Amino acid sequence: MSVSSPQFNTQWGTSSSNRQARQLHLVSRGMTLVTGLATFFVIAILLTVLADIVYHGWSALSWNFLFSGIGTDSFESGQLGLLPMMIGTVFKVFLMTLVVMPVGVITALYLTEYANPQSLLTRMIHSAVNNLAGVPSIIFGLFGWGFFIKFMGVGLDEAFSPNNPEPVWGKPAILWASMTLAIMTLPVVIVTTEEALKSLPDGLRYASYALGASRLQTLFKVLLPQAMPGILTGAILAIGRAAGEVAPLLFTGAAYYTAAYPWKLNDEFMDLGYHIYILATQSPDVENTTPVAYATVLVLLALTLGLNLMTILIRARIRHRYKQYQAVDG
Amino acid sequence: MDKLFELGMAGIASSATIFIFLIFLFVVKEALPVFLGHVDTSKGGEILSPDQLERMNPGDVKEYLELTNEQYRRLDQDALRLMMEVKYQAAQDMATDPQAGLNTASWEHMIFPYQWTGYEQPGYIWQPVSSVPKFNLIPLLIGSLKTTLVALLFATPLALGAAVFVSQLCPSRFREWIKPSIELLAGIPSVVLGFFALMVLAGFLDRVFGVQTQLNASVAGIALGLAVIPIIFSISEDALSSVPRHYSESALALGSSPWFAAWKVVIPAAFPGIVAAIVLGFGRAIGETMIVLMASGNASIVSWNLGDSTRTMTATIAAEMAETVFGDPHYRILFMLGVMLFVITFCSNWIAGVVIQRLKHKMEAAG
Repeated sequence: MSVSSPQFNTQWGTSSSNRQARQLHLVSRGMTLVTGLATFFVIAILLTVLADIVYHGWSALSWNFLFSGIGTDSFESGQLGLLPMMIGTVFKVFLMTLVVMPVGVITALYLTEYANPQSLLTRMIHSAVNNLAGVPSIIFGLFGWGFFIKFMGVGLDEAFSPNNPEPVWGKPAILWASMTLAIMTLPVVIVTTEEALKSLPDGLRYASYALGASRLQTLFKVLLPQAMPGILTGAILAIGRAAGEVAPLLFTGAAYYTAAYPWKLNDEFMDLGYHIYILATQSPDVENTTPVAYATVLVLLALTLGLNLMTILIRARIRHRYKQYQAVDG
Repeated sequence: MDKLFELGMAGIASSATIFIFLIFLFVVKEALPVFLGHVDTSKGGEILSPDQLERMNPGDVKEYLELTNEQYRRLDQDALRLMMEVKYQAAQDMATDPQAGLNTASWEHMIFPYQWTGYEQPGYIWQPVSSVPKFNLIPLLIGSLKTTLVALLFATPLALGAAVFVSQLCPSRFREWIKPSIELLAGIPSVVLGFFALMVLAGFLDRVFGVQTQLNASVAGIALGLAVIPIIFSISEDALSSVPRHYSESALALGSSPWFAAWKVVIPAAFPGIVAAIVLGFGRAIGETMIVLMASGNASIVSWNLGDSTRTMTATIAAEMAETVFGDPHYRILFMLGVMLFVITFCSNWIAGVVIQRLKHKMEAAG
């Protein structure tokens, strides 16, 4: 279809092509408006969700609620504070980070700095990373149960404490939950680190080699420090994702209620996200738990969105620096 | 030394590949007997009278009562006898129901309707905890497809509209803050979206449309849509932005308006990427758990009515795993649902991945 221009119409001017031009102009304006409205609507939804949670959550939030300890029951809204869930969430995320960061960063380093991009192994790793990112979170839960608890945990128990009637490792535990989350967030770390390394100009590498540095020295002294903001972004994204994820924890370690803080690797733990699910769906006394649930949601949301905002800021800074590189290179 | 280091790195780098393989292996492993038809709910085995306990050796007792070593160690003789009596009694009761002898975990009963006692007509029933457990998968499949469909119908127009607007039509100073804020939506945990659906959306839709059950497929679907919007948006926005600038500039130079340049030139060029975005959105929607678990009402009904409460495959796994016994038919069938989900999402990811890769090459060549 041809798109007629107004100038031509005045020259060759027939009234029908004039009308057509006007119609096209209207369609064009209308569709711009429609897509703009779609954008506006999406942002409005986002703001509505945030506003509702902040509005209802803020009034139920207090220092005492945030930093008080364990009550006697999951639903005793007056007594139970968020401290156990926050400790559980932080502990879980910490363990996960310890595992996922080295594995993810080394994978990305291998892919960008060592591997031949056309080799079968590289392509296999890339497609595995892609597919891992799309596996539903509940499948990670099933996997965590089948692999970590029933295979590794039970295996450890049979090897080291065969006479112990209580399972030590072959049960849901914070370690297994964190490992499951680590596998789930691995693609995030790999992809962001890869991007960070790829965006470094080759000039950096050549300059380092030209000064006589070995490959390892270049890696540790030049590339990694330069890519640090990008790697940090990956870590924060992974933490943000893991902090709010509930489905993989259902069978691997999150507890309805624990009387003590988790401080051993094989303890079960209370988790902010799982606690929201419990408060929202299992409460016998909805009236009283709703404000508490809102406050819990607010805390989780502040945590995850805060982390996300941080990545946006870091990325803006990286982009700024990348522009400087381009200026130098060009 | 350097060579060794490289080898070690390659080993660690393969871990992603190994994990995806392990995930498949361990989920399939638990479900394999169902696929092969080795799970049999009718096989109660031989029923022994409780008096025979004294004459049995511990290994047989353990096997008969389906106990693990540690459970057996904690039970004394009286407890074992009680368990045998319970089992004996249950078998006596079962004998009165002619359907007790059916193998309900066979493919026939998992797919086709059956005339169960107590029901008016043959039906697709998912009722895993019952004297005759019923494992028909059709209600769960319909539930998953229904909510996913609503999610895509809700999310696709909004996300694509926003993607076209942000990448082609809006001034760049708006783009810089619109894009991150839509992507912020992806940072909201699904349990929070589920909570919002439960507390606000359900009541809102009830007031507007007046549905029968407050928690239903459309509430869950719309909340799922919120989770899917950022995925469809960012992937199709990427695809649209990857179309070289000179494509749209040529159209503009020929006198086209920005909208027609986008509609006639940029969107057709990026079309595969847009399809890939929707496919990925589908994969995400069908695999999402917490939103549907909280907002869909979780009743396993066969109905395409969007106002009915519904139960998806993911929510079924999440809700029922805790009540299964390790290794029993129910447990294995839940893992089989997991395998089905895994295969569905794996395929949709793979297709989308291939499409996006091809588009990228094409656009790089064109640019």
